[in-house]
Amino acid sequence: MSHLVHVKFFARLREELGVAGLEVPVEEAPDLDALKHWLGEAHPHWQPMLSGRLLTAVNQTMTQTNQPLKPGDEVALFPPVTGG
Amino acid sequence: MTATTTERAIEIRVGPEDFTLQAEYDALCASNTDDGAVVCFVGRVRDLNDGDAVQRLHLEHYPGMTEAVLTRLADQATERWPLNRIRIIHRVGDLHPADQIVFVGVSSPHRQAAFDGASFLMDCLKTEAPFWKKETGPDGTSRWLDARQSDETLAKRWT
Repeated sequence: MSHLVHVKFFARLREELGVAGLEVPVEEAPDLDALKHWLGEAHPHWQPMLSGRLLTAVNQTMTQTNQPLKPGDEVALFPPVTGG
Repeated sequence: MTATTTERAIEIRVGPEDFTLQAEYDALCASNTDDGAVVCFVGRVRDLNDGDAVQRLHLEHYPGMTEAVLTRLADQATERWPLNRIRIIHRVGDLHPADQIVFVGVSSPHRQAAFDGASFLMDCLKTEAPFWKKETGPDGTSRWLDARQSDETLAKRWT
């Protein structure tokens, strides 16, 4: 079983970061807050984009609180949605 | 004669394909003698947004999550109102002014439930379903649209 957390970026955030996603070892990101911290540490130039207003989904369900992550989880970060 | 029981159904479609209002209305009504009210909403691309001319509108989505959110909203709507049928269609990819973007159609025995159910679905779709719009103007410059506070306010009235 993979020990990785799968991170995805969408829309403006994906364009600003220049990548659609990446894999993070779960040891580096045991929960959502740790993952966001790790992303900013590993990629300091991402900090301004990551500190804007973003929504977070874990395994395709939106969440507004910190929560633990396990291997194989899919975490998505994206700007507020604008469909319809 | 015995009364027939209308088959309840939820249909969710997300993709580049266009839709036909008549076909969706027919699907809401087919073999359905329970529902006296049908409400259909169509959202379309405008050629002017916030004072800027729009030549092309690109719609991005989060495959999988989009369908899951729309299905959950439809389930919530059937719990709140007596809706026998719900159809939601949302297009993605490149669209142009006057193109259809979104369809929400519901059927119910009663008018107010149909209006409220359709409003709930559209209001919550706009703040919860992971779609993003990017506009391109006549000069070729593009910009991602910002979420509107007014949409948040509309969605909150259902909580």
